[in-house]
Amino acid sequence: MEMAGMRDALGEALVEIGKTNEKLMVLDADVSSSTRTGLFGKAYPDRFFNIGVAEANMVDVAAGMATCGYRPVVSAFAIFLALKATDQIRNVVCYNNLNVIIAGGYAGLSDSFDGASHQSLTDIAIMRAFPNLTVLAPSHAGDVKAALEEALTIEGPVYIRMCRNPGPVLDKKPLKIGEAQVLAEGGDITIGACGITVPMALDAAAELAQKGIRAEVLDLGSIKPLDADTIVKSVSRTGRFLSVEEHSVHGGLGSAVAEVLSRKKPVPMDFVGVEDCFTESGPYDGIMAKYGISVPAIVAKSEALAAL
Amino acid sequence: MTTTAEKKALTNKELHALAQQFRIDVMETLNSKGTGHWGGSSSVADILTYLYFKQMNINPEQPDWADRDRLILSKGHASPMLYAVLEKRGYLPEGSLSSFRDINSTLQGHPCMNKTPGVEMSTGALGHGLSVGLGMSLMAARSANPFKTYVIVGEGCLNEGQSWEAIMAAGKFTPENLVLLIDYNKVQLDGFSEDIMPLDPLADKFKAFNWNVAHRSYNGHDMDEIEASFEWLKTQSKGPSVIIYNTTKGKGVDFTENTNTWHGAPVSDDHLKAALPQLKADLDKWEEK
Repeated sequence: MEMAGMRDALGEALVEIGKTNEKLMVLDADVSSSTRTGLFGKAYPDRFFNIGVAEANMVDVAAGMATCGYRPVVSAFAIFLALKATDQIRNVVCYNNLNVIIAGGYAGLSDSFDGASHQSLTDIAIMRAFPNLTVLAPSHAGDVKAALEEALTIEGPVYIRMCRNPGPVLDKKPLKIGEAQVLAEGGDITIGACGITVPMALDAAAELAQKGIRAEVLDLGSIKPLDADTIVKSVSRTGRFLSVEEHSVHGGLGSAVAEVLSRKKPVPMDFVGVEDCFTESGPYDGIMAKYGISVPAIVAKSEALAAL
Repeated sequence: MTTTAEKKALTNKELHALAQQFRIDVMETLNSKGTGHWGGSSSVADILTYLYFKQMNINPEQPDWADRDRLILSKGHASPMLYAVLEKRGYLPEGSLSSFRDINSTLQGHPCMNKTPGVEMSTGALGHGLSVGLGMSLMAARSANPFKTYVIVGEGCLNEGQSWEAIMAAGKFTPENLVLLIDYNKVQLDGFSEDIMPLDPLADKFKAFNWNVAHRSYNGHDMDEIEASFEWLKTQSKGPSVIIYNTTKGKGVDFTENTNTWHGAPVSDDHLKAALPQLKADLDKWEEK
């Protein structure tokens, strides 16, 4: 299976878009060699600002740029954007509906060896609570450029959540804001995933098929706005929903779907994600499995739901 | 287009009278609303008046004119003074101030850029202004007609760690059109700054961060002094620059001066009755021919 990294896709997409979009500015907080925004810095040094390890300042500097008609992208590790720059994202970028793109790298457990201090498991919960903010979680490297291009066409801020490590390249339509994509059809259960867990959900669906359970898999990479119609349409046939995300089960994609379904189409639900705990260092796959995000976990929870 | 520079210049005496009238307007508004911050509004009155009526290159008829100078009131709790100035300067319809902090008003408790013409940045949570101003000034440097960005902070903003991130970054990027104005009234919400969080030696701190620092501080309640501070600014060719104004919190009313009690206390009818004669006596002084 072909693998590709979202951060490499980010760096390349910024360089490509920067060729024609002179309003594009990129800011990084001393992690540009990790997030790959350094590629943009090398190509366009006069439009690249390394702000140092000061995420709060970086986000507000970008906000000031946006008020002058520019299109800044701030890049850092997702956890530090979501937690060290929360006030700036909420009170300056979102409150004023400014055109700032917040590129959160190393999200979820993907900075696995660095441990719990660097693992971002609450960023979706925080970001989607802010009015005006669009929240996207591309499911593969190919969607990163699509997310950036989408973000540059709308008015208002956008958070793009990305995985550190290479992931499978998927055969799918480009990510579009507000649209869910049905990647596998089935009538027994709906599995909605985002980010790197989308290919895991597809693998789980293949295993479930062997057990006689036909799973419908939705790529819910547009977490906000969420495509409620597609979700409701799917569960109207399947009658059950399993959310899968590389995030805490509190406040993330699963919660977003629950907010929709509890109002529009209540069905039995379950959640694959990290339970209410701090995680630890280790190899990515091993940490994901230990904290409940794995193909076997998706299969097991799907079977339990399907048996209801 | 009529910019400040093209308007008939006001004398410093006339500017004093304007600033004092704004203090009266704000005091009366805070009394009628029962809410709002008098202390920090009164201390910044003269600086704001000088900026909007003499210093800044602006056009109230076209608030989004691309080349306008920017002013960020980072100490956003002084919003009523900003609104009084914006109203008189023509950004807001006459009488706007009377809707301060009302439901559905364009005049929020703290400045909101998408609700109030002339407000360049929403503030209130302290410490944001200088970072935003740095971003503006970095983009101004890319323009054929670079505008100036003025940021006003008080002690509260300088307590915030983010301000020092921005001071450090401005020292790196050296945007020459970024000007930090410090309303240094030495009092904050909980008490005297020297007890809450001492900032001195303040000028030395900026020198250490590679800023242009005036060789002295200026009296922020004297228009001649404020004028002198901007004369000094003209001599600076590479930025960023900082001007420290010595000011008095609660300026103009004997029982509100230099005390944290009047950071945000409501103005009662008795307070207003006692304050107005003092404020008006000073106004009379500036309005004498």
